[in-house]
Amino acid sequence: MSAVLATAAPDREAARRRLHAKRKLANVVALSLALGAMAFGLFWLIWILIETVRLGIGGIALSLFTQMTPPPQAETGGLANAIFGSVVMVTLATLLGTPIGVLAGVYLAEYGRRSVLASTTRFINDILLSAPSIVIGLFIYSAVVARLGGFSGYAGILALALIVIPVVIRTTENMLTLIPNALREAAYALGTPKWRVVMTVTLKAARAGVMTGILLAFARIAGETAPLLFTALSNQFWTSDLSQPMASLPVTIFKFAMSPYENWQKLAWAGVFLITIGVLVLNILARTFFRNKH
Amino acid sequence: MSATLPASSYIGAQEKIRADMKNRPPAARRSSPWADVLFSALAHGAAWLTLALLAGIIVSLLIGAAPAIKEYGLSFLWTSEWDPVQNRYGGLVMIYGTLMTSFISLLIAVPVSFGIALFLTELSPLWLKRPLGTAIELLAAVPSIVYGMWGLLVFSPILSQYVQQPLQSAFKGVPYLGKLFSGPPVGIGLLSAGIILAIMVIPFIASVMRDVFEVTPPMLKESAYALGSTTWEVVWKVVLPYTRTGVVGGIMLGLGRALGETMAVTFVIGNFNQLNSLSLFEAANSITSALANEFGEAAPGLHQASLIYLGLVLFFITFVVLAISKLLLEQLKKREGTVS
Repeated sequence: MSAVLATAAPDREAARRRLHAKRKLANVVALSLALGAMAFGLFWLIWILIETVRLGIGGIALSLFTQMTPPPQAETGGLANAIFGSVVMVTLATLLGTPIGVLAGVYLAEYGRRSVLASTTRFINDILLSAPSIVIGLFIYSAVVARLGGFSGYAGILALALIVIPVVIRTTENMLTLIPNALREAAYALGTPKWRVVMTVTLKAARAGVMTGILLAFARIAGETAPLLFTALSNQFWTSDLSQPMASLPVTIFKFAMSPYENWQKLAWAGVFLITIGVLVLNILARTFFRNKH
Repeated sequence: MSATLPASSYIGAQEKIRADMKNRPPAARRSSPWADVLFSALAHGAAWLTLALLAGIIVSLLIGAAPAIKEYGLSFLWTSEWDPVQNRYGGLVMIYGTLMTSFISLLIAVPVSFGIALFLTELSPLWLKRPLGTAIELLAAVPSIVYGMWGLLVFSPILSQYVQQPLQSAFKGVPYLGKLFSGPPVGIGLLSAGIILAIMVIPFIASVMRDVFEVTPPMLKESAYALGSTTWEVVWKVVLPYTRTGVVGGIMLGLGRALGETMAVTFVIGNFNQLNSLSLFEAANSITSALANEFGEAAPGLHQASLIYLGLVLFFITFVVLAISKLLLEQLKKREGTVS
């Protein structure tokens, strides 16, 4: 018996060591792969940023903001009408979508909570949040454009607002549920009516988070192309008439980038540069703004 | 002491207060009850509006697609002919393109996202966690048109030269696999669309995975470490099984995003409405890019209705995928509630 043990022990020891080495190796390999995955993700971000800056910065000039989109193969030209259209439509869409989103978020966090309507809304809203934006464009086309006859800035604003709403609902609800109940109870104990509790206590306490959500929604629709393709369409000229088709930066980039004309492509890169920097700065601002407040 | 106070002065003070109260309005005013009712109605209304929005989307797509649904029925889904000149439409090519590009993107994005989540939760030094996490999330913030233009003008020539051509020569003559890599290696088609989609959905999948990995009870992980497990074993055998539903939910979320992505795909997929081979290099079409390219010019009638039908199919698929994702993530949250 003891002889068997004596011969087996070194074997077992060796096997244990081998297993240990194997496990360690697997660990090192897996963790290096994770490191590689992280590098892989960052690689694309850096590459896209570098190319955007490299190809776009050459087109940045004052004329970009003062001149209209040119015909193909023209010497001059800018993106003034597209930039103006984007700013107008994105701002108005945010102004239109925000109150609805905040109110629905208030409903979910302060009124509905666990009711059937609230959980259904929450479920549907999370789906709308990731729903294809081109389908929103189709919806506004069939519901508004086809009925009222013609593409217009208004239709574009509506389509963008429908994208703002789910984003704002989500962040508003999340931020409101973070507010401790003691705050609400204290306000109620003073005899405050519910609407004042919401407006002056909970929403006020969640202000930074709600603002972050609005900023993120703004940044998201600033880069949206698909919902504008068959709502606002595009326009070669300056227009501030919202009942007319309206140019926007993303749609103009799409048109120009797909074209074979060199001046259009150059303008498209300049537009891509503007939009990327703008959207990323907004995103970083929103995040730091939120972090400083919390 | 109080007994010595003249009773009359006490009564006088009381009367004075009473008189004051009659003259002066009460200091604290109750706000109108209507404000409360109105506010509550507005909040409820906003919630109903969200539901109405979904109903509106479905109804308007159904109405818009009605002519095509009447004409083709469900056979639209497996007919590949798309011919605006002959006015005959079938959606198979686009549906195949949408599913195939999303599949390729998941093939790349899932392992990479898992690695990123593993790195962020277990490996990264604390001070790097936040900036790295934000950087990955910024990938999701880059507008899709930027991915599209970059993909077409920068990425696809490089893909063609350094990936597609070597792959093609390496697999020449190999049965089945050779077929996948046949076709013109021009950098435009299913493969490049799939790769760019992968980059776009990585941030979504990675951030869900990171979040669910972080809710694994530390007790579980520490017990495994105490038994001598390596970091990899803890993640693979403890964290992953515990968070499985959440991980699948995150993947479904990424899939939903990939299916509905429009602009990036439109730039690089080639917009070619025929299905000639199984090659990944072949130019193809997806539902979203067909809509983006053709809808503006489609004449009202069967062509437009068929495109809306495609939109309806897309909305249905993404709805189902996203609903599954949401249910799975919910399930994990519920369990988390019962454990702690």
